[in-house]
Order: sequence, then C-alpha cells, then structure tokens
Amino acid sequence: MTKADIIERVYERVGGFSKKEASEIVEAVFEVMKKSLTETRKIKISGFGNFLVRCKNERMGRNPQTGQPIVIAPRHVLSFKPSQVLKNALNARQQS
Amino acid sequence: MTKSELIDAVSEKTSVTKSRAELVVNCIFDSMTDALRNGEGIEIRGFGSFTVRQYRPYSGRNPRTGSSVHVSSKRLPFFKVGKELKEMVNAAGDKES
Repeated sequence: MTKADIIERVYERVGGFSKKEASEIVEAVFEVMKKSLTETRKIKISGFGNFLVRCKNERMGRNPQTGQPIVIAPRHVLSFKPSQVLKNALNARQQS
Repeated sequence: MTKSELIDAVSEKTSVTKSRAELVVNCIFDSMTDALRNGEGIEIRGFGSFTVRQYRPYSGRNPRTGSSVHVSSKRLPFFKVGKELKEMVNAAGDKES
C-alpha cells in the first residue's frame, strides 16, 4: 500500500472530495504528523499506535568493517509502538 | 498530539471542516490497519514504511515471578522511519539541546 492507494481509499470512502482535494488532505495529515515529530512531540493515535521520539545517549560503537572503536553521537530516533488493538487485529485471523 | 489534535491541525491547515477531517484521518488509519491485517506492507514516501513481521513461538518468562510461559507465534507491525523524516527528527533534537 502506498500513499496513492490511501488517497484512492479516501476519495472512494469519504466522498465529496475531488481526487486533488483527497490528495491534498492526505498529504496534510502526514505533514502535520511530521511537523509534530520534528518538534519531538509524540503522536498518539488510539487504535493504531504511538509514534515517539526517543533520545539516545552518546555511546561507543565499532566500525564493523575495520573493528575500530568510534563514538556514536547522541541522537534522536523515531519509534513506533503499536496499540494493543492493532496487534490484536493482526493476530485475529491466524487464531480463527 | 492525540488523534483529535491531529484532526484539528489538519482542519486548520486545509480549511476542511473538523468532521470531514475526522472522516479522512479515520479512513487513513483504517486503510493502514486493513493493509497490515492482510499482511501487506505500507510505504509512505517521506514518512516511513510499515511491514508485518512474523514471530515464531518461544518460551518466555514472567519477569515478576520467573516462571516459564509459552508465547505463541504472533504477527507484529514494524515501522521503519524514512530517511527524510529520520534526519528531520534528529536535526530537531540538535536545535533543542
């Protein structure tokens, strides 16, 4: 599934939007989410999951090719924690 | 930011009513859930991609009591952040500190 497929679904299911409008609004949703995350503000989508920005401390790593120790700088990483509802949805089919 | 705050922000940004924005936001996450339920991956350019990972059954432990528990095979969604967003998130952290 790509963004184009999502736009198509919104166009078909929500109704009342032209394809262009559906595209613009779907883009807006991801833009708003990106903006929030770049401000290190987490996003909680009930029934789907949470996107959160984690701070990683500086640590020592190794160049796997040369074995040379290197300092890994402190950084911010994005992680996704799926909601229990989503996890259940993925496993319902297998059990039945 | 909660889903309702996301809806409000989208409504402001696009001048679509809140109730219409709500329908769209719900439709997006419902579509994504459906895709994952069917074992289909999702790729959102500039954001990231979701894949479904299959886990084999294993015997785990109850961390509180230490007793052994059986964990059945399961499927879990996995999110991989896109390069663009990854860099943006990391850069935001630099500004902050």
